Amino acid sequence: MLLGNYLQLVYDAEKEAVKAFNRVADKHGDEPDVYQTCQLLASWSEAHISDIQPELQLYPAKPDTTAEKLERVMFDNNEKGSFALLRDLHDLWLLATEIDICWTIIRQAADGLRDKELKDLCTKLQKGTERQIAWLQTRVKQAAPQTLIVGV
Amino acid sequence: MKQTRDSIADIWGERTPYFDEQWPERVDERVTEEPDNWIQAACVLCSAGCGLDIGVKDGKMVGVRGRSVDAVNRGRLGPKGLHGWIANNSKDRLTRPLIRRDGELQEASWDEAMNLIVAKSKEIIDKHTSLGIGFYTSGQLFLEEYYTLGVIGKAGLGTPHMDGNTRLCTATSAAALKVSFGSDGQPGSYSDLDTANVIMHVGHNIASQHTVLWMRILDRLAGPNPPKLIVIDPRKTYTAEKATVHLAPKLGTNIPVLNGLLHILIKENLINPGYIAAHTVGFEELKNIVAAWHPQRVEEVSGVPEHLLYEAAMLLGKTNTLVSTVLQGVYQSMQATASAVQVNNIHLIRGLIGRPGCGIYQMNGQPTAQNTRETGADGDLPGFRNWGNKEHINELARLWNVEPDTIPHWSPPTHAMQIMRFAETGSIKMLWVSATNPAVSMPELARMRKLLTRDGLFLIVQDAFMTETAQMADVILPAAIWGEKTGCTTNVDRTVHICHKAVEPPGEARSDLDIFIDYARRMDFKDKDGAPLIKWNTPEEAFEAWKECTRGRPCDYTGMSYAKLTGGSGIQWPCNEKYPDGTPHLYTNGVFPTAADYCESYGHDLDTGAAQTPDEYRLIDPKGKAFLKAVDYQLPHEVPDQDYPLWLTTGRVVYHFHTRTKTGRSKELCNAAPDAYVQLSAQDAVKYGIKDGDMVEISSRRGSVIQPAMVGDIEPGIIFIPFHYGYWDNNSRSRAANELTLTEWDPVSKQPHFKYAAVRIRKAVAQDDEEAQAALKHMEEVITNNFKMEGA
Ligand code: SF4
Repeated sequence: MLLGNYLQLVYDAEKEAVKAFNRVADKHGDEPDVYQTCQLLASWSEAHISDIQPELQLYPAKPDTTAEKLERVMFDNNEKGSFALLRDLHDLWLLATEIDICWTIIRQAADGLRDKELKDLCTKLQKGTERQIAWLQTRVKQAAPQTLIVGV
Repeated sequence: MKQTRDSIADIWGERTPYFDEQWPERVDERVTEEPDNWIQAACVLCSAGCGLDIGVKDGKMVGVRGRSVDAVNRGRLGPKGLHGWIANNSKDRLTRPLIRRDGELQEASWDEAMNLIVAKSKEIIDKHTSLGIGFYTSGQLFLEEYYTLGVIGKAGLGTPHMDGNTRLCTATSAAALKVSFGSDGQPGSYSDLDTANVIMHVGHNIASQHTVLWMRILDRLAGPNPPKLIVIDPRKTYTAEKATVHLAPKLGTNIPVLNGLLHILIKENLINPGYIAAHTVGFEELKNIVAAWHPQRVEEVSGVPEHLLYEAAMLLGKTNTLVSTVLQGVYQSMQATASAVQVNNIHLIRGLIGRPGCGIYQMNGQPTAQNTRETGADGDLPGFRNWGNKEHINELARLWNVEPDTIPHWSPPTHAMQIMRFAETGSIKMLWVSATNPAVSMPELARMRKLLTRDGLFLIVQDAFMTETAQMADVILPAAIWGEKTGCTTNVDRTVHICHKAVEPPGEARSDLDIFIDYARRMDFKDKDGAPLIKWNTPEEAFEAWKECTRGRPCDYTGMSYAKLTGGSGIQWPCNEKYPDGTPHLYTNGVFPTAADYCESYGHDLDTGAAQTPDEYRLIDPKGKAFLKAVDYQLPHEVPDQDYPLWLTTGRVVYHFHTRTKTGRSKELCNAAPDAYVQLSAQDAVKYGIKDGDMVEISSRRGSVIQPAMVGDIEPGIIFIPFHYGYWDNNSRSRAANELTLTEWDPVSKQPHFKYAAVRIRKAVAQDDEEAQAALKHMEEVITNNFKMEGA
């Protein structure tokens, strides 16, 4: 059974999300709403991690599937400013979307296994991920025209 | 000089006890000379919106008297209303345009000033599009002026960067109404106070902030069947002293207390299941969230004793009429929108809405804040239209005869805090400030000063006085104010008043309407057919244009006219063919403006502010039912720690308005509250070795101020500083409360958090300046008499 590998994948991705949200919060701390909200969203991913943990005991992963690759391609700029912010929010969106599809995939397996607990957990955690994505979209839309047209 | 009462010494005046009848008249008047004639207007020094007449003699304002026919005040006026008008006659009015040349502000002609603004606008648009231009207006202008500004911004320039200082005082009111009911618009009427059995004030020191509304409550308290009062406020204000139950939560814990009240109502089955089922959605989710807030947990988090919470809940749960009022203690604190919504929820789950005696007043800070919101001079679209709804954009495009894409609707309009951020980063290159003073009223003033004086920012200030902000301007436009121009104002209970021009403006000062129209003409803004975009020249023509914009919308003005507004009382919108005399209560049939095609907003995540998309909304279209929404508690973003061990909260005093540009020019109001101060508890005073009247230095991570100490009547651990005082009349010390406050805001309403910050205090070096000491002593005497009336 490879369900554990997907649980591990989403577990690692949520860990990345905690790091990434906090990193964006620090880096763009001059944008007060980004600072506050990214910290809040990091705390949600943090909570997701502790929720997944018991499931990983139940369905352990076979080694070597992780989200490491994702981290390498994303957040690769050290710039500050509006363009860098837009790029970072974009990258956070990619990461969160990756997590979102994980929940869909895992829930399918939970359905097949008639594991109601895991299914409910997926539904609950996916809701959190969707809210993260919704904020990222809202903020990206707000930043995009000004950044791309006026710059600075 | 003649006055019917001394409102400085006795703020609320004599009682006229009553119950369940028209509030008896009492005409308050104050004139310096006997007027030749009286001109109808309304007071613009708070959002109560009292009807008054301006007394004129030899072309000069000489006083005011309340209008006995007016439904809002039945003739009464408070200290600000009776005294504030004197500012019009002030010697230091701005009377000529000024342009900064070689670093100095120099007199210029209107042509020079306006041509410079136009040249600058065009240069910026050429290089950066109109996204390089932003507007920051007020809660002090007239409806006609905001609407004109709104059309210029949205259909002339097409910039989304347009907001008012209403963001600081009233944005949460609008946001909370949209969350619960689908659109802005206050459900109730002030007349609800005449019969309500229970009245609840949440973070609203009404005795101080809306003195005439408080007179109405005092008259009820003195009459038969006095109402029970619930007051939620961390300070023992005068309002709190009259409370049947006073809940004093720790700063930043409104959500636990309000969730706790909802918890008890649901648990004790003091709800109206029929109303909930027929007229609301979301009850189960609300129930789940508040289920965790049992009174014991509320006490642990907020410090409000279980039994008091219970007592308050019983009052709320057993009454069949309830008026709730909400203000800055909620709007400027953590989880602002979510907390204000909980008050709406109390009314909804009990079915106490849409009939006499049942009102929710999500109060506004400023007098014409409601108009800023209605007309789209803030971050909204005119007529409570929905920026996410393409058809609403098309409607406006048809009305203005422009292409829909002219109107910036690709993302929410930029809120004030973000406009300032864009100015700070250099992305906004021209900022046009009208009738407000961000250099004192915005949070974190050191940052504000830096960004307003930033190289490359062209700052236009349109004002009547040389404010702290004007001093930094590149161009100053002298503006006519209330009394010197005609226009309408709308207060919290949707009452529209006309303010007629009583006197000529001083020197070359011009009305804000004239200035905006002049700009539009010089910029040559055209509609699709090449006709001028702004098709009006006078206030009345602007009002007629505005009426068309409101047709069929919740704030329908089509049944009003200047003639109809003149002579009698103000009129409550909607006023149209169906309701020719206006409408005291909205939602009488339990139908709310939430239908997907009609609503003003598709909703937001209350924790993050994420916008719900139109498609998502259509899936859950409540089609006229109200929303019940709740959230869990979040800790404030800055809490006291070792370095900064105290909480700071800021607020107002009864005698002043905004940054005192007007009230600071009345000798009597100034004498009554001459200076800022810091209020701290006796325990903290001992702990820090501070005595009454000592000068104290208060510092936060952002700045520091020096204030005389006022000891008592506040919880240990909390200190209070009024925010009105800046530097135009006294720059001998750092004293503006906003030197200390935080740059952060509510995720939904974007209203800044003025109600908490971590600070430290210490005794400042003794002052030996005798004059300062004498002034201080005087102030202390006055404030010792009155300080309980100050605040939030
Ligand atoms: S209550 Fe408000 S509107 Fe009425 S007189 Fe006082 S300041 Fe003016």
